[in-house]
Formats: sequence, structure tokens, C-alpha cells
Amino acid sequence: MTGYDVSETIEARVEETTLPKRLREEVYSTLEARDVTDEEAEQIIQATEAQYEQSRVDPLDPVGTVSAQSIGEPGTQMTMNTFHYAGVAEIDVTQGLPRLIELVDARKEPDTPMMTVYLDEEFGDDRERAHEVVWKIEATKILQLGDVSTNVADMLVQVALNEETLQERWPTVDDPVEVAESIASTIESKLGVDTVQRGLVIEFGPDQPSYRDLLQLVEELREIVFKGIEDISRVVIRREETDDGEEFILYTEGSAFGDVLDIEGVDASRTTCNNIHEIYRNLGVEAAREAIIEETMNTLEEQGLDDVNIRHLMLVADIMTNEGTIESIGRHGISGAKDSVLARAAFEVTVNHLLDAAIHGEVDDLDGVTENVIVGKPIKLGTGDVDLRMGSGKQAD
Amino acid sequence: MSQQAPKSIGKINFGLMNPEEYREMSATKVITADTYDDDGFPIDMGLMDPRLGVIDPGLECKTCGKHSGSCNGHFGHIELAAPVIHVGFSKLIRRLLRGTCRECSQLLLNEDQKNEFRDRLERTRDLGRDLNDVTKAGIRQARKSDNCPHCGEQQYDVRHEKPTTYYEVQQVLASDYPARIAKAMEPDEEEDKERTTPTDLADESGLDVGRVQEILSGDFRPREEDRRAIESALGVDLTEEDTNKLMPSDIRDWFEAIPDEDIEVLGINPELSRPEWMILTVLPVPPVTARPSITLDNGQRSEDDLTHKLVDIIRINQRFMENREAGAPQLIIEDLWELLQYHVTTFMDNEISGTPPARHRSGRPLKTLSQRLKGKEGRFRGSLSGKRVNFSARTVISPDPTLSLNEVGVPERVATEMTQTMNVNERNLDKARRYVENGPEGHPGANYVKRADGRRLKVTEKNCEELAQKVEPGWEVARHLIDGDIIIFNRQPSLHRMSIMAHEVVVMPYKTFRLNTVVCAPYNADFDGDEMNMHALQNEEARAEARVLMRVQEQMLSPRFGENIIGAIQDHVTGTYLLTHQNPLFNETQALDLLRATRIDELPEPDEVIDDEEYWTGRSIFSELLPAGLNLEFRSSAGDDVVIEDGTLIEGTIDEDAVGAFGGVIVDTIAKDYSRTRARIFINEVSSLAVRTIMHFGFSISIDDESIPPEAQAQVNEAIENANERVEELIEAYAQGDLESLPGRTIDETLEMKIMQTLGQARDSAGDIAEKHFADDNPAVIMAESGARGSMLNLTQMAGCVGQQAVRGERINRGYDDRTLSHFQEGDLSAEAHGFVKHSYREGLEPKEFFFHAMGGREGLVDTAVRTSKSGYLQRRLINALSELETQYDGTVRDTSDTVVQFEFGEDGTSPVEVSSKQDDPAVDVEQIADRILDNEFDSDEERARFMGDSQPLTNLSEHTDDWWLAQSDD
Repeated sequence: MTGYDVSETIEARVEETTLPKRLREEVYSTLEARDVTDEEAEQIIQATEAQYEQSRVDPLDPVGTVSAQSIGEPGTQMTMNTFHYAGVAEIDVTQGLPRLIELVDARKEPDTPMMTVYLDEEFGDDRERAHEVVWKIEATKILQLGDVSTNVADMLVQVALNEETLQERWPTVDDPVEVAESIASTIESKLGVDTVQRGLVIEFGPDQPSYRDLLQLVEELREIVFKGIEDISRVVIRREETDDGEEFILYTEGSAFGDVLDIEGVDASRTTCNNIHEIYRNLGVEAAREAIIEETMNTLEEQGLDDVNIRHLMLVADIMTNEGTIESIGRHGISGAKDSVLARAAFEVTVNHLLDAAIHGEVDDLDGVTENVIVGKPIKLGTGDVDLRMGSGKQAD
Repeated sequence: MSQQAPKSIGKINFGLMNPEEYREMSATKVITADTYDDDGFPIDMGLMDPRLGVIDPGLECKTCGKHSGSCNGHFGHIELAAPVIHVGFSKLIRRLLRGTCRECSQLLLNEDQKNEFRDRLERTRDLGRDLNDVTKAGIRQARKSDNCPHCGEQQYDVRHEKPTTYYEVQQVLASDYPARIAKAMEPDEEEDKERTTPTDLADESGLDVGRVQEILSGDFRPREEDRRAIESALGVDLTEEDTNKLMPSDIRDWFEAIPDEDIEVLGINPELSRPEWMILTVLPVPPVTARPSITLDNGQRSEDDLTHKLVDIIRINQRFMENREAGAPQLIIEDLWELLQYHVTTFMDNEISGTPPARHRSGRPLKTLSQRLKGKEGRFRGSLSGKRVNFSARTVISPDPTLSLNEVGVPERVATEMTQTMNVNERNLDKARRYVENGPEGHPGANYVKRADGRRLKVTEKNCEELAQKVEPGWEVARHLIDGDIIIFNRQPSLHRMSIMAHEVVVMPYKTFRLNTVVCAPYNADFDGDEMNMHALQNEEARAEARVLMRVQEQMLSPRFGENIIGAIQDHVTGTYLLTHQNPLFNETQALDLLRATRIDELPEPDEVIDDEEYWTGRSIFSELLPAGLNLEFRSSAGDDVVIEDGTLIEGTIDEDAVGAFGGVIVDTIAKDYSRTRARIFINEVSSLAVRTIMHFGFSISIDDESIPPEAQAQVNEAIENANERVEELIEAYAQGDLESLPGRTIDETLEMKIMQTLGQARDSAGDIAEKHFADDNPAVIMAESGARGSMLNLTQMAGCVGQQAVRGERINRGYDDRTLSHFQEGDLSAEAHGFVKHSYREGLEPKEFFFHAMGGREGLVDTAVRTSKSGYLQRRLINALSELETQYDGTVRDTSDTVVQFEFGEDGTSPVEVSSKQDDPAVDVEQIADRILDNEFDSDEERARFMGDSQPLTNLSEHTDDWWLAQSDD
């Protein structure tokens, strides 16, 4: 049954314990390795169960408050210094308290979006192939491809493409002129002008000879994305040691999680980004929960506060994703959605909540914490949740 | 005196109030704007009418007959001369005006739509979402129809002018309609349009030619349908806006006709709140107790802001009525109406944007109803969520290493104020009499007694002896705090649960609270003037909970990281380090002196005998404090391996990592594997031993301890000189354009990064040089190495070189154009010009360096100030969002409305207190359990039974029961 070489009585005994799966496995393997009598095994199982029960949270423990304190308290020790270098020195990422606030606020867009893109094996081991992926992700704009000059006399914009860059950025196309052609057609469709392309030089001008239009065209030309994803301004490639040995990993400035997952060569199972909403949209709410835990833990770790128990972060992530979508901690999220009028009024925007409650004829049943503090009753948490009565009969001893 | 049966609030219903209800509950109608007459008596039917309650002691309430203090006050009312709008509902009123028919007042939705929104509302309510989203959608839908689906009346747009004015906007025929038509009939060259003749127009619009002519000449105003025909034929707009002000009375009539079913669709409960009640006809007057007047020193009365506002309302109300009766022109009436509206508006809320706030004579804006509720000091957060309490004390704290960590020294003055109730019976009768006899001023005395009949008597110096004789069983005596009482102790900011812990009282002379230095860590307290609060518990249940759950020793493990937060700090760590690092020898007198503050009164076998004199090593003295059977192996922060076998320290240094607060391994292990009581005893003893040790050796630090020999100074200078040269080279390369930029960085950024790096290395090498010249017994080194205080970086800065000063993570770049100070050339990129401090703190800083140093320091201060407010708000939000969560008996985590948030806390249900947050530290180690069982490593059956979970450890309730407790356990 279990795949372990233990007697049936032992197996039956282990299965009837309250131990979680992981511990049962451990008990089995320990017993198997030691070759113990049933009696000894019984004792080991009993002791394990006792130890396990002892390490469990007590029923009626106010774990919420404890978790909130455990995350809030180290907040006082964090730096406000927004920009700091993450693992990669080249990319600036918001860190410290501002990042923590950003996470619990569940902002739609982080201050400094970034992605960590892992590659499939064949791409990750080879610098050339990794670069192929880089060029598919990083937004390529005209200034990276060549020189742009304006010829005022003929009212022309001249783009002189750089052969090397073209070969570098379109590694799969052999003839740079072919690339130049596609660039020219992109310009035509995006700017609505006719282009003249000779070799690696592209020329075009405004319909009417107008200096302003000419400059306007150059401005617009600069914004065109010829290859890659618009939101990603920069990709840094680094060779790093991972669980699967050394491989190339891409770090991006800006994020477009959904788009990147579709690119060939990207390992979608490991690639992540720091925008929890993007993860929610592409991978669902469970992944978003995981991302919240991961991101808060990383933020705390970076500040040297890695000793915060991950269970506290899990609870925060769980309440943020409890509704099936991401809710923020605060007035617009969890605190604003509370059942109790008094609890909402006591948190923020007091008067509006009271007036709304009157209109909707709301009833406050007073089961929460804040409400009971307000009306002066014991709160229903911890020892307040237990009813004890002095027994009138004799104690059975 | 009869006491009412205690009542508790079951639930609270919210709703609007019917004006009739106001009148019914009103104690009196208020018609006079004055408060008191010349003799100082409240005027009848005035704002201070005695029927509204009493505030002056001695007077009797005319409504309920009670005196001030027991009378809660009674509402009065003002009959408003004309209806006015309640500002709080101005948005809802606008929504209702837009969504209902101007004629028949029905909701502008057909039955199907109504049902749809009713269903959506139901669902939203079940899901606990915001109802306003649905009602807003409903109104948006209703506004789409131009005509009422029920009576067919045409609907007009309603414009809302904040805060309380509404206009109906109608499209009517513009007065210059002939001109507009004529203009549209003109030929247009650009669009190749010829002149439209009246005949063409008549053909196009289907009107009679004669009629068209009449319209064009302005003799005939086109009817609605004619206008539309012409408009569509010519493509012109012939209308202009006509606004018609809706008076509150009109709105009230309009709302009165809205059927109940339609209101329900909008999420309003018609039984509790009719929309017309949002327009006030009667204004309730709050009881006097809610707006007490204060008598100033000169005998003048100063009225509350609300009273002032009410005076204004009544005055205008009177004037309004007088004017109306006198038949004043409509204009004047409207002005007064608006004024009345303004006063009622500001009575509710005095912070409405666009409305000038009502001001006090002195110019200060009045605090009216909304302002009383709002914000941190408002009714909700200030008075209801944060209550003032009796039996509390606050004073400065100071250290006392002779106390146990569970104890707190309470000044006698405090002890004689805070009382505990003592129920007198036969067995404590003598004690109770003695307390009363001591009176309120002698220390273990009493302040009050309560006789069996419930009468409370104050114990005074005069009556105490007499009263003591009368005390008998059944009485209650409010006796002073005495040693061993349990109290709650708190230091703000209360960031985690260890900020509020229970202590046992030790009454002491002088005026400060005394606490053991080891509890500084959880409270984050020091003694530079910190104050703390104390609360005396007032019932047996609270005292029991405090003892079992809140006592310092029970809070020893932090739930944040699952390790001890109480342990040796600062000098304690230095002490244990001195005792164990070199493992010095002590003779019998010295050894006993070190251990004198502990339970140990017998020394073990001596470790060495030299010349007939017995000697003990520091480590074996320390071992005396360890519980028997403790086995540990770990690495100390001093860098050596610590081995403890069967409660004996074999080798290694005891320092911060072993006994320190924040995860000292020995303390943590004892607290988890033995008991919190044993850990408390251990910490108490370690700290006393450490203090004795540090006193034995003597320990101080001076400037000279940071000075380095001249040759070392020369080396440091050389290292800094070298770094400067390298920086110059970098700048040279940069100027030549030879510097190669790092990937993804500009040349300037690259240069900055490289310079920072070079200078960082320079400081480090200066530190290394300085460190090499410090002896191992240098006090600063000892403190840094043991983890007691300070770091090698601090030492480097004191002795070697302070290093680069930074603002926003960069070298200092601010000041003048292209330079930081006028002492430098423009564009100077050198180390010196951008805040590199090459001197050490001991040498002293140059003025320029000092200035840069101050810049860096200032950033730190600003940072802390911003951080505290930001993180405080973060914490408040987190607590508010999570406060309702609690584990249940089935292991799930649910909120108070029973929504499951987690099926198992932290995915495995283990407690964050019992389990260290370190990943490699499993909560239950099966291998180890098996080892212990198989090798039968138990000192007693008792221990075995506890290990097997057959018996529970005893609960230790007080310091005073230690001996008994220790005798029961096997250590």
C-alpha cells in the first residue's frame, strides 16, 4: 500500500493518526530504516503525534492579528530608499517599504515593472540562441538600428540602417536588405507615407513640403517598434547558476507577461514577473497568490528581514485572493467590503459609510472585532470565543 | 440605589428617521435662539431648556428627573419654516431626481428592467459587495429614456450645483429662432450649397409654405413638432437651455410620490428610509449633554460650536417665518431660504468644498456634526475604538537588574492609587482589616470599602481605624497593589503583541517603573526618558488570562520568526563573552561571587588545582546555569564551535548567538524543549552572572581605544591616496572618452559606479588596516565580535576612515551648478569634491567633510520620519484587514462571518511560535524522536510521559511558586 516495508499493524496505526502526509512518510521511512518492534514503533508514533499536536496552532488563535503585526512591525525597520539594485545590477527595481506598500495595495501597475524570463533548455544553454529570444522581446526602435537624418532641402527623412545591427537583431534573416524592406513597409503602414528604399537606406518625406511635418515624422518614427514588445525597453541577459545547472536568464525592464509566454524558446513554467495583476490575468488567482507570497518574501529578504515566517505572508496573500480576484488591503479592498457598518466607519471615510448604511437600511450584527470594541462587549476571538461555565456537580476525579 | 440590569447591544439598525418620529421623541420644541436669561437661568423653549437634559450639577432634568451624570439628555426639535436638503444625501437626491419621472414619480424603467435590477441587487447583497454599483447602473439605465414608460411625460435633465441646488434643464425654442433659420438658409460656397428657398424648406419639412414664411418673419412661434421638422430639414439647433430651479419643497413633493417598489429597486429600504425624509422639515436638536457649555474663569459662559450653529438656524428660521407672514417679495424669501439651507448644511458638515465654512467669532471654523465623527481624534477612532480607562498609570522607566524579567517595579505612589478588589471572607478577614486600618496613605492599605448592602465608603486617614473594625465577610475592600499582583504593562508604539505584557508587581520606593533590562528587546525600550503605561486588572478572569497567556515568560518566543525575543543584551553579552571566550580561571571566592545572584550555592568539582588552591573555569561556571540533559552544537558569532553536552559547556564562546535576544540558540532551545519557566530562570541567571562577570573584569571604552599607531595611520593614508589616484585615472579616462560603459548604463553612470566602488574598497582596506592593529582585548572589538553592540564598520569609521557620504544612494551631487560647494572647481569629479570623508571620527572631520557628513545624516533623519508614518499606516491597514481571522477547532482559518480563508493555517497548521522561520528547522523531527525512544534517553518516567504526550507540564503561575514548581519537575 504505502510502498514501505513495515508491518500491517504499524501501517494501520500510522494511518489512523492525525499526522499530515509528509510526517507519515517520514515515520514510515524512519521505522523502515530502524527495524523496530511493533511496541517500539507504537511508542515512536505516539511521541511523534504528541510532538506534532504540540507544534500546531491553538484553536481560536487570532492568527490574523499576529500575522499583520509580524509584517507591519519589520516595516518600521525598512528603508524608504526606493531604488535599489535587485540581483541584477543593471536593472533598477523598487525595494523596501514602498514596494511592500505597493504589494498590499495591489496596484494595477508596479512602479518598476520587470520580468525574469527563463528559457527552454536548447535556448538557455546557448548564448546565440538566447539572444534570438532577447531580440524577440526587447522593443527595437529606429535609433537602435541606424542613423536618422533630415534633409531639409529635399524635405526628406533619411534612415541609414546599420548592417551589423540588422544582422544581430534579425539573426534568422541572411540578407540585411530583406530586413530593410520589411522596415520600410512597417514605416509605410505606421506613418502612412511612401518610402524609397535603396539598399540599407530608406527615404521618405511628408506629403506637402512642410518643415513642421518633417520633424513630426521623425518624432513618430522614433516611437515605432519594429521588433519585440513595446512595453519592454531593455533586456539584460545573464548566465546564472540554477537548479538545472548554468543557464542564461533574461531580465527585462518593463513587463508584458502574456506576450512573453507565447514567444518560442521561453520556458513558461518558470518565467515570472513582478506585476501580480498580470500574473492573475495570465495564470489565474492561485498563481497570483503564489506571486504575492514570493514578492513580499523577496522584498523582506532584500532588506535583511528574511526571518519573517512565511506563514504570515501566506495569510495575507490568502485574504487578498479570497474572493477569487485580487483585492487590496485597505479602504478600496478588504476593509471597505466588511459587513459591519461600524467597522467600516471606524476605519476610514466615517460619515459616508454611516449615511449609506441609513439609506440601505443596513443592520450591524456586531460579530466583528471593531464593532464589539465600540459597543463595549467582549470580542469573539481567542478567549472571548470560549464560553466557560463553572460546573455545579462534583469533579470526576 | 437601584441598579439597572446590565444590558448589552445585540444589533444596530441603520435607517433614516421620519419627521414624525422626531416630533414624537422631542422633549420640547425650540423656538428661542437665546440660551440663558440675565439671571443665568436657562430660557424655556430655548437651546438650553432644562427638558433637554442637565449639565450643571445639582439641577434636575425636567424630563426624566435625574441629575447631571445620570441623565443622558433628551432631543428637542426645531420646526423648519421651509424644507431644506440634507447635504449628506445630495448625491442620492440627484440620482433619484434623474431616475424618476417628473410627473408621476415612478422609476423610469419598465417592469422587466426593474426585475433585472432587483435580482442583481439581491445577488450583490448576498455576495456582500457594494450596492452602490448596482444602483448607479440602474439610474444610468433609467436616464436613457426620454419619456416616462408609465405616463409618457417627457423627461428633462437635472443639473446639480454643489452642494444643494438642483435645476431642471429644459430645451426650449431659442428667442432668436428666425435669425438662426435664416442663417442656415444662406448659400454656402465651400460646400457648394445653394440658397434654400422657403419653398424648399416647406417641401423638406412638410410644412405649409405660408407657415414657413410666418415662422421666418417671427410672427409665429413654431410648435414642438414644427421645430423638430425644421431642425432636421436644415440641420440646425433652434433650442437653448432653460433652467428651472427645483426648490426643496418641490423635490419633497416629487419624492413623496415615488412608490415603495421602485425605491427597493434602487437598494433603499422603504420601511426604514423614505426618500422624502432626506429633505428635512424638522431638525432634531441634540441634547445639552452633547453640547455642554463651559463656564470660564470670569464667570462668562462659552457655548459649544453646535449650540452656536443652532442659534444661527433658529434666528434665520424666525426671520424666514416673519418675512413670509409679512408677505415679503419672492426674492427675499428665496434668499432667506438659501441662508437657512446654508446653516443647516454647515450644521451637518462644515468641510464641504465650495461652501465657505461657518466660523467662530475668532475666525476658527466651527466643529459641527461630521467633524465630530471624522478622523483620528473623531468619535469613532478617538472615543469609541480607543477608550480612556481607569486604573492606569504612566511614568518614566528605569532599569533594575535585580528584578526578574517577569516583574516590574511599581512606585509606591502608583501602588496606592491602583486598587484590587478583595472579597472579604472568614479566611482573609484579618488581612482585609489590616489593609483598611492602614488607610489610603499607608502602603498596603485600602482606598474604598463596599458594604454588603452595596454602599461604597471612602477610606480616609480619619475613619480608617474605625472602619477597619466594621469590615466583615461579604464586604469588598479595594486594597492597594502589593507584591505579586499581576498588572499589564505597555510601551507605545504597540507594534506587536509583545508590546503589551503582564508583569508581577514589586512595590518600590521612588517614582519610576523599574524593569529588568532583558525585556527592553520586546518593548523596544531604552532608558533615555521612555515612559510606559500600566493597567491594573479588575476582575479574576482578566487576571487569570494575564497570568497564563500574557506574562513576559509566556511571550518569550516571537511569532514573527518563531525564536526567542527575550535574552541577553549589550553588557550581558559582553559578560558571557568575557566569561567563556578565553575560558579564564576563578578561585572559590571569585566563582561564588559570580554566582551569588543565582540559585547556585554549591560549586562543582574544581577544574584545576594550582598550589593547593582550587580553580574553576568560566565555562564550567556558566554550565551551572544550564539545565541537565541539554545537548547542543552550533557556531557562535565569535566564530568558534560551541559544544554543550548534558548541560555542560564543553567548548566554545557564549555570545549573542547563544544567549542573545532575537534567536539565541540556548535560550530558544530551553524555551521550546524544557519550559518557558525554565527559560525565564535561565535568562534571569545568565543576566545576573554576566553582570557580575563584567563587574569582575571591568569594562569601559575610551577615545584611546580607537587610536592606531602612526605607522598604521600612514598605511591608511596611503590606501586612501592610492584610491584617490585610481579615481583620478578613471576621471582621466572618462575625459579622454576611453571609459567603456557597463551594459545598460551610460558613461556617466559607469564612472560614478566605478568611483563609488573604488572609494568603498578604500574604506574597507582602511578598516582592515585599522583592525589589524587592534588587540583582541580591545573593548570595541570585544563588543563587535560578541555581538553586544556595534560592528566592525563602526570601528572602521572611528579608527580608519569614515568613507563616502551618500544622498539617495549616490555621491553627493547637489549644491551649486556643477559643483557641490564653492570650494571646488566646476565639474570637479574628484572624491573630495563629492563627499568622500577621508578622516576617521577620531581624527576629526574637516569643515567640508563635516558638511557632507551632515548632508548624509540629514537624509537618514528625513528617511526615518517619513518611514514611521508610512509603515504606521501600512500596519493599521493590515491589522484592520486581518483582525477578524481566527483558527477554528477544525484547523481552518475563518473570519467572524465564518468565511474560510485558509483550510490549514500556513498550509500545514503549525504554529509560528513553536516553529522557527528558518527552513532547515523542522517542527517535528521523527529521526530524533526515534533516537530518544529507542535509546530510552529519559531521566525520569515523568519526562518520558511528557514526551509521549501522556501528561501535560505544570503551569507555573507566579515567581513565588518557583520552588514548588521546580520540585515538581525534574530539573
